[in-house]
Amino acid sequence: MAIIVDDDTKLIIQGITGYQGTYHSKAMMEFGTKVVAGVRPGKGGEAINGIPVFDTVAEAAERTGANTSCVLVPAPSCKDAALEAIGSGVSTVVIVTEHLPVNDAIHIVSVARAKGITVIGPNCPGVASPGKAKVGILPNKIFRKGDVGIVSRSGTLTYEIVSAISESKHGQSTCVGIGGDRVSGMSFIDVLRLFQEDGQTKKTVLVGEIGGTAEEEAAEFIKKNVTKPVVAYIAGRTAPPGKRMGHAGAIIARGRGTAESKIRALEAAGVKVAKLPAEVPELLTEL
Amino acid sequence: MKLFEHRAKQVLKEYGIPVPEGFVVASPDQITSVTGPVMVKAHALTGGRGKAGGIKPADTVDEARKAASAIIGMSIHGYTVKEVLVERRLEISKELYLSITVDRSRRCLMFMASANGGVDIEGVPEKDILMLPVDPLIGYQPFVGRKVATFLGLSNDKASQVTSICQSLYNLASKEDAELVEINPLVVARDGQIIAGDAKINIDSDALFRHSEYSRLEEDLTPLEKKAKELDIAFVQLDGNIGVIANGAGLTMATLDSINMYGGKAGVFLDLGGTDDPVKVKNAMLLMKEAGPRVILLNIFGGITKCDTVAKGVLEAMKAGRIAVPIVARIKGVNEEMAREMLRDAGLIPASGLSEAAEKASQVSLR
Repeated sequence: MAIIVDDDTKLIIQGITGYQGTYHSKAMMEFGTKVVAGVRPGKGGEAINGIPVFDTVAEAAERTGANTSCVLVPAPSCKDAALEAIGSGVSTVVIVTEHLPVNDAIHIVSVARAKGITVIGPNCPGVASPGKAKVGILPNKIFRKGDVGIVSRSGTLTYEIVSAISESKHGQSTCVGIGGDRVSGMSFIDVLRLFQEDGQTKKTVLVGEIGGTAEEEAAEFIKKNVTKPVVAYIAGRTAPPGKRMGHAGAIIARGRGTAESKIRALEAAGVKVAKLPAEVPELLTEL
Repeated sequence: MKLFEHRAKQVLKEYGIPVPEGFVVASPDQITSVTGPVMVKAHALTGGRGKAGGIKPADTVDEARKAASAIIGMSIHGYTVKEVLVERRLEISKELYLSITVDRSRRCLMFMASANGGVDIEGVPEKDILMLPVDPLIGYQPFVGRKVATFLGLSNDKASQVTSICQSLYNLASKEDAELVEINPLVVARDGQIIAGDAKINIDSDALFRHSEYSRLEEDLTPLEKKAKELDIAFVQLDGNIGVIANGAGLTMATLDSINMYGGKAGVFLDLGGTDDPVKVKNAMLLMKEAGPRVILLNIFGGITKCDTVAKGVLEAMKAGRIAVPIVARIKGVNEEMAREMLRDAGLIPASGLSEAAEKASQVSLR
């Protein structure tokens, strides 16, 4: 089973001719992903790592039957690239690009939701289902097939925790990096819902950070809808208080957003919360 | 990035929102005339200026100069005031609160409004604050502004003034890539005009590539913060003695949490972000040396940032800068074998896991 990416994933890489696109297209294929096309306007007809390059996403999707796109283009072209993918027949778009203006993210996500397209990111490491496929930049070697579903707002911290899980006797069904920006496509809740329905996933790990209220909202959802056990880690227990967003930030947060608030909410929903990343596999074993 | 009040008010004015006339001076003798009663306000990128004594009324040039000399040079929440804004004093009948910001949960822009504006806005009960998300596919329409005006209890001419201000705020947030525009207080003046008493604007720093007019503005930074900014490295000063270099915000925070668990305290942290440039790593190491920690903890999990890139940068920094403090290095992920080989004779203290690295760095720091 697994979620979002699997054996049926046929992938387009937007920005395949760049340094990161070239490197990571190869890494994705080594992971087992069916990378069927690349897109780079003006470079149609070329090939990178044996993958045919097209000028447009529409042409790439039509010629190859691709259903998923990975956006690896610089921030100033990202809105264009992501909207092109959303309008070109693929059903899932993974946006790795970081430093995307928040107004662009709002635009992309609202259009995608209206059209029923799944967007993951921006500023995310991607999605990996070991033994099946990976879309994004997560390191290949840290994964091991298993029954733990992971959802995380972080990038490198996700690798840290996946790696710790693999080094213990556990493995992953799917790992989803939803991205660390204020506005992202899939939320914790969207992913938790898919894990709850996924046959391969028996337990879930949620990796959060201080700031925003996404973890508190996830806790509410878990309490009502998730029957599979959940382990969490929240980074930033000892981080200095962030810069204030005027009064508006404080009014929205109303005391939420801190590590204590998130941990309290998760524990109240029956989630086991690790104090350090290394404790996550121990808590999984205890389940 | 935050705009100073005067600059923020200029932007409001460009979008048609009324603001009091004013000017900025860096020394009292630059005030040569005032036309009627004024307020002399500290130009600082922080709230709570009034409570800290950074806002004073004046009726004459002499009084304005006296106020300016009292305010310039004062310290408000760690910011040293370099300039004051001298502006027309408003005759206040009522203070409202109005802002537009990003609603993370609903993934859109959102208006916030309250009839109880002013300094104590954060203490206003939730039911007295309107939070009105704007569907991005519908965009701003006049009905949105009418909802805000109705919530504020305004009618007739005042309602249409607020509706027009809401339209301007939405345009401003969209076109200028402002992630926050906050008017507190939004003043209802005795003559019936609705006018911005204060203004906070945060421009989305990720959008500066299309707003070169803001990227040249001066910010209130320490010398090391300034240098870090020029080098595009996230830099935060804390009060311990371990210098942390990590890649990614989440991993950096997890590193701080781990150090804390072993009794150590971070003094400064640098987040390399998603770079794959050895020069940036080298610059980060040299910047860290300048910050003067007792021990450096390098915690890298390679993905976009490859481990051999980090190793190359570390070696170049050691060659260029003679870093004398111990370095605990935990480098894992893409190309970690290459990195280990490159750093074998560099004299670093290796650690295989985050906990081990945190423990070793904490031990050295407490020695």
